[in-house]
Amino acid sequence: MPAAALVHGPYSPAELLLRDVHVRDPRAELDARRDVLVRGGEIAELAEPGTLAQPEGAEAIEGEGKHLLPAFFDPHVHLRTPGQEHKEDLHSGTRAAAAGGFGGVVAMPNTDPVIDSPALLGSLRDVASREAVVPVGFLAAITRGLGGEELTEMAQLRDAGALGFTDDGLPVASAGMLRKALQYQRLCGGVISLHEEDPTLSGAGCMREGPVSAALGVAGIPSVSESTMVARDAELAAYENARVHFQHLSCAASVEALAHAKERGVKVSGEVTPHHLLLTDEHVRDLDTRMKMNPPLGSEEDRRALIEALRAGVVDCVATDHAPHAREEKEVPFEQAPMGTTGLETAFPALYTGLVLTGALDLGTLVARMTAGAALYGLPTPTIALGRPANLTLIDLDAELIAGERGWESRSENCCFAGRPLRGRVLLTLAAGAIVYRERVFSVVAA
Amino acid sequence: MNHLLSVEDLDRQAIERIVAQAARFAEVSDREIKKVPALRGRMVLNLFYEASTRTRSSFELAAKRLSADVVNFAASGSSVEKGESLKDTVLTLSAHKPDAIVLRTPWAGAAELVSRWCSAAIVNAGDGKHEHPTQALLDVYTLRRRLGGIDGLSIWIVGDVAHSRVARSNIIAFQRMGAKVTVAGPPTLIPREIEALGCEVRYTLDDLASADVVYALRMQRERMSEKWVPSLREYAAWYQINGRRLGPRQVLMHPGPVNRGVELSGEAVDSPQAVIAAQVEAGVVVRMAVLYELLAGRHAARAPLDGPVPEPQLA
Repeated sequence: MPAAALVHGPYSPAELLLRDVHVRDPRAELDARRDVLVRGGEIAELAEPGTLAQPEGAEAIEGEGKHLLPAFFDPHVHLRTPGQEHKEDLHSGTRAAAAGGFGGVVAMPNTDPVIDSPALLGSLRDVASREAVVPVGFLAAITRGLGGEELTEMAQLRDAGALGFTDDGLPVASAGMLRKALQYQRLCGGVISLHEEDPTLSGAGCMREGPVSAALGVAGIPSVSESTMVARDAELAAYENARVHFQHLSCAASVEALAHAKERGVKVSGEVTPHHLLLTDEHVRDLDTRMKMNPPLGSEEDRRALIEALRAGVVDCVATDHAPHAREEKEVPFEQAPMGTTGLETAFPALYTGLVLTGALDLGTLVARMTAGAALYGLPTPTIALGRPANLTLIDLDAELIAGERGWESRSENCCFAGRPLRGRVLLTLAAGAIVYRERVFSVVAA
Repeated sequence: MNHLLSVEDLDRQAIERIVAQAARFAEVSDREIKKVPALRGRMVLNLFYEASTRTRSSFELAAKRLSADVVNFAASGSSVEKGESLKDTVLTLSAHKPDAIVLRTPWAGAAELVSRWCSAAIVNAGDGKHEHPTQALLDVYTLRRRLGGIDGLSIWIVGDVAHSRVARSNIIAFQRMGAKVTVAGPPTLIPREIEALGCEVRYTLDDLASADVVYALRMQRERMSEKWVPSLREYAAWYQINGRRLGPRQVLMHPGPVNRGVELSGEAVDSPQAVIAAQVEAGVVVRMAVLYELLAGRHAARAPLDGPVPEPQLA
C-alpha cells in the first residue's frame, strides 16, 4: 500500500537567507538567535547570527527581533471542495493556511458530494496538485454519504491516498457501525477520527446547554452529548485494539475520558480548537452567528480543563476546525445559521495572545501543540533542523493586529475572533521548501 | 429608548415610565372616539413571521389609536415564501420608511439583528423562545392595576418554561419590579440552570398556596409529539391550575390562548381570580405607550431617557 502523502501545487524551491532570527523549535531544543539559510528548499545552514553570507541568487530577509518557528500543521480544516466553492476552495483555503503560518492541513470529507469513493478522492487530489498553496491531505468518509449505515471502501480509499477516515460534521451514531470500521482498520490502517456527539442528546441544539442557553431560550446541547460518546468510543477502541482520534474536544468530561483511556494504554489522541480554548458560551450571549459552531462553546470550567489538558499533553494538538460559510449563510438569525467559524488565519495570534501572553501556556508548548497534528496521521513533524525541508513561519510576536482588519485570505469571513486586538503577526511562511506566504507590507531586502 | 428588543434592556424606572404612560392612555380607550393624534403621519409596520392574531391585532389597534398608519406584512403568502432572506425583506420594506417595525419571528435574537439593518425603531413582538417584552410590560401593568404594586409579591410561573418567551421576559420583569419569582413545571420543560435568571425552581405545585400570583403558561400540543411529557392527562393531573389548587386570594394570569382543560380548568378561567381578559385589554394601552415612547419626538429633540414623562396630546 503506498504511503498516503500530502499534495500541493507547483512549487519552486526557496533560496533564502534569514538573518538574525530567533529560532524557536521545542523539538530541536532550539531557542536562540541564528542565521538560517534555505537552499533548494532545504534548511542548509543554522549558524550564529551575522556569520552567514548571502549566496548568489538567494533572497535575504532581515529577521532581527522576529521569531522563526516550525510551520504549524492543522489536522482539521474544511476546504469545501467539491460542491461548496462559494464558501472556500482548495486555493483560497490553503492561502488562508499559509497566511496563518501553517505548512500543512488535513481536509475533511463532508463535502458535496461526500468523499466516500476512490474516484472522488483521486480527482480531489488531482485538483490539489494544481491549486493547493500549502500541502494538503485528505480524510475519506467512514460511512457512505456520511449516512452512518454502510462502510466506505476503506482499503481502496487508503490506496487512493486517504490519510484516514472521519464522518466529521456528524458522529458515527451506531456503535455497531463504528466497531466494523475499527475492525476494518486492521486491514487498511489509517487513523479513524471521530466527531463525538450523541444526536439523541444534542437534538436541535444550537449552543451549549447552560445558564446562557436558558436565558436566551435557545435549545442547548448538553456537554454529555460529547463526553458519553468519547467514553463509548474509547471503550470500542480498547476492545478492538484500534487507533482513534477525537476531534475538536470541547468539555471537561471529554478530556477526562480521554485521559482515562490514555492511562489504560488505549491508542487514542485528541485535538482542541483555538475557539474552545479561548471563548465560552458567554460569548454567545449576543447571538452573534460567528460564535455558532459544533461542538458549541462551553463553560469557563470546560475552557480551563481544555487548556490544562493541552498543556499536559492529554490533548495532543491544536486543530482549527476552519469552517468557512458565505456571508449570506451567516447573516441570518442565530438559530438558522450554519455551524462553524474560520480559524486558520487567527489561530496563532489568538492563542499566543490568549494563552502565552496570559501565562497559561509557554510559547514552546504552543508551538509543539500546533505542529503535533502531522504525526497523528503518520506525517513528519515540521522541525527546524539541517537537511529538513523548509517548513517555517516567521512571526513578529510584538506586532499588534486587529483580526480581519486587512481582510481575509479565506473566501469567507465568519471568524469568531474578527475585530479582536491580537499580538503575533505572521510575516512569512515556507511550506515543503517553498515560500507560500509573505505579509503584504513586509519589506524584503533585495539581493 | 431607540428600540424595545428585550426586557433585559429596561431598568425599573423605564418599566415604571411605560406603565405610567399606559395608564394615561387607558383613559383614551374608554372614550367614545378611541383615538389621539399623537403619532399622526407615522408609519408602523407589523412584520410577522409566525401566525399571531392577538399580538398583531393588539399592536395594530395600539398604533391606530395613536393615529399612526399601519401596514401588516405576514410572511406566509409573501416574498418570504419565494426564498427572500430576513435581511432582504427588512431592507425592502425599509424603503417605505417605516418609523417602527413590530417584529415577530421564531428565531431568538432576530429583533436585535433587524435593528442593525434599518433605521426604524424595532419592537420585539416575540423572538423565538427568547423574549416577548410587551407581554411582560402588559403583565406588570395588569398586576399593578389589580394589586396596587408588585414589590414583595411571590409569583409562580407554571408550565412549559423551556419553550416560553413569555416566561423568560416575565421572570426578568417581575423581579425588576421587586417580586420573587418561582418557576414550576415538569423537569423536562424547565431549562437546566434557569436559576441563573434569579428565579427558584419547583417540580411540583405542593407549595403553590404560598404564591400571590399564579401565572400559567400555554401547554402546546406539539410538545406532546416531541414527547416532552408522557401525556396531557398526566400533565393536567400534576400541573393544571384548577379550583382545588387556586386559592381565593390568588391572582391567575395566562398569556393566551388558553387550552381549557389542560393548563387551566374551565372554572379557573372563569373564576374571579383570573385577570386574563384584563391582560388582553392592557395589551393595547401598553403597546400604545411603547410606540409612543419610541416614536413621539423621535426625529425632533427628545426628552432625556430619565427625564419627565411627556404628556400625550389628547384630542
